[in-house]
Amino acid sequence: MMSQSHRSTRVIAAAGLDEIISSLAREGYRVIGPRLRDDAIIYDEINSAADLPRGVLDEQSGGRYRTYREGEAYFGYVVGPSSWKRYLHPPRQVLWRADDGEGGVSIRAEPIAGERYAFLGVRSCELAAIATQDRVLMAGAYGDPHYAARRNGAFIVAVNCGRAAETCFCTSMGTGPRAHGGYDLALTEIVTGENAAFLVEAGSERGQSLIEGLSSREANDGDVEAAVQVAARAASQIKREIDREGLSELVKAKHDHPRWDDVAARCLNCANCTMVCPTCFCTTVEDVSELQSAATARVQRWESCFTTDFSYIHGGAVRSSPVSRYRQWLTHKLGTWHDQFGQSGCTGCGRCITWCPVGIDITEEAAALRGG
Amino acid sequence: MAGKKPRVGVFKFSSCDGCQLSLLDCEDELLAVAGAIDIAYFPEATRADDVGHYDLALVEGSVTTPHEAKAIQSIRERATSLITIGACATSGGIQALKNMADVKAYTAIVYARPEFIVTLDTATPISDHVKVDFELRGCPISKHQLIELISAYVAGRKPQTPPHSTCIECKLAGHVCVMVSKGVACLGPVTHAGCGALCPGYNRGCYGCFGPKETPNTASLSGQLSENGASAGTIHRLFSTFNVNAPAFRAEAKAHAE
Repeated sequence: MMSQSHRSTRVIAAAGLDEIISSLAREGYRVIGPRLRDDAIIYDEINSAADLPRGVLDEQSGGRYRTYREGEAYFGYVVGPSSWKRYLHPPRQVLWRADDGEGGVSIRAEPIAGERYAFLGVRSCELAAIATQDRVLMAGAYGDPHYAARRNGAFIVAVNCGRAAETCFCTSMGTGPRAHGGYDLALTEIVTGENAAFLVEAGSERGQSLIEGLSSREANDGDVEAAVQVAARAASQIKREIDREGLSELVKAKHDHPRWDDVAARCLNCANCTMVCPTCFCTTVEDVSELQSAATARVQRWESCFTTDFSYIHGGAVRSSPVSRYRQWLTHKLGTWHDQFGQSGCTGCGRCITWCPVGIDITEEAAALRGG
Repeated sequence: MAGKKPRVGVFKFSSCDGCQLSLLDCEDELLAVAGAIDIAYFPEATRADDVGHYDLALVEGSVTTPHEAKAIQSIRERATSLITIGACATSGGIQALKNMADVKAYTAIVYARPEFIVTLDTATPISDHVKVDFELRGCPISKHQLIELISAYVAGRKPQTPPHSTCIECKLAGHVCVMVSKGVACLGPVTHAGCGALCPGYNRGCYGCFGPKETPNTASLSGQLSENGASAGTIHRLFSTFNVNAPAFRAEAKAHAE
């Protein structure tokens, strides 16, 4: 983290987005940002600002997501089904390979990939999610070296939210809508008619040096105030909340609450919530062998606490009932995560609400556990 | 893999042949498959007769005739391991629609001389008749899973064919959920993984070809499909396809009978 004195605040025109993208590409980063694909905003490789979903907004509610066109903003949309987890902690990762050759069995750890990502458009709740996964996958004795390499190599361009979805609740989780650190650059989009301008703040030395190469002007008080208003507008649109007061102890104490059976009757135990959650980190390993070859590989892949395999130990699954699996997920996310990692596992991004096919709402379930 | 290659027989009951043809569709891996196992009986590919004992019997199709009900017993007696492949063999297949219909009335309509038709009133999975050691789902089965099954069998390990939802495969592949983003009726949340989320990858809802997943909550899914605008008839038909006789799908189809 850089000191406040090094921090510069500048204003760039929309053309500055291309300057940011091309200078990141020039520095060897693979630039990942928002794109419209299959009627949704997903994170994929981008080559220029023309790839960004300009003028695309979204409407979200429990089990429902729709995009539509309105206005000219580049970052008017709210978070979609992708998260940066797909890049930092990908769905599949080879851990090691083994071969039974002439000299006996040899095992080789999978080399650390040298690829460096630049993420463009990281929202405040997503910065919180990345920091949450950092604590799980990098801190402590059992770090994931692949994650650490990708994470340490990543350049983060945050974007402050100017809109909130109906499913957002970052304000109550203390994670947004305005980014406070954890980025190299932070942009705030200020749309005036058809023109977009961006207030740019540096959050690191490398962010600062990138800013210095941009065509920009010094930000004045009016620009700074306009940026504050952008985030204030997003905050004012947030309707959902989780009451965090004593929540961690509360969910653990409500093991026999009748609400668990109620939610289990609706829960599909399909695992969508855990797949879209930007903090869910669980994986399993699969051994891959080939016919007529003594080569094998051990592959890590995303797993979910909503499957029976997840809790399989000798003789059977510990959580064979769907009710036990939903209870495990919510209790971990809002309760025992604090015991393990000293914080909540939820950042209030609302993905688990939107992308649950039957619209189960973690804020509603948490509130119901508090009552009764 | 020292020692003799396992002797394998491929058997067909009432079915379309698609699943056993997946063996020939192995293409790049076909030589490796042929090198790892001794295919002793496979009418689609060899002229050899069905004689003797098999280390592994791969069985496709459902039991729909008295002849088949008898034949499966003989195969079971002569096989160390019996593995069923595909929706017909594992749940009864599309032909199990007859389980909910009047078979005599149908044969009278379809055939000029229905008295020549010898058929049972039901199409049933192989596991209703004999002990099955492992089931490979799908209509048709996935070539990838078939190779995994054979590789695992040869290596003496458990095949990786997880019974979780198709949604997990969808998310691993990075597809956008068609149900949430478009309101498309999709059986993915109650369907056994294995196809790699093929249809959602083409913006279509899942048709449930791999049958029910573990602990499927079909009633909750139907409730949402109905909220999204699907009629009872649509929901009935969604569950009345290749795996209509799988208990979870059969019950849900019945609950929305037209």
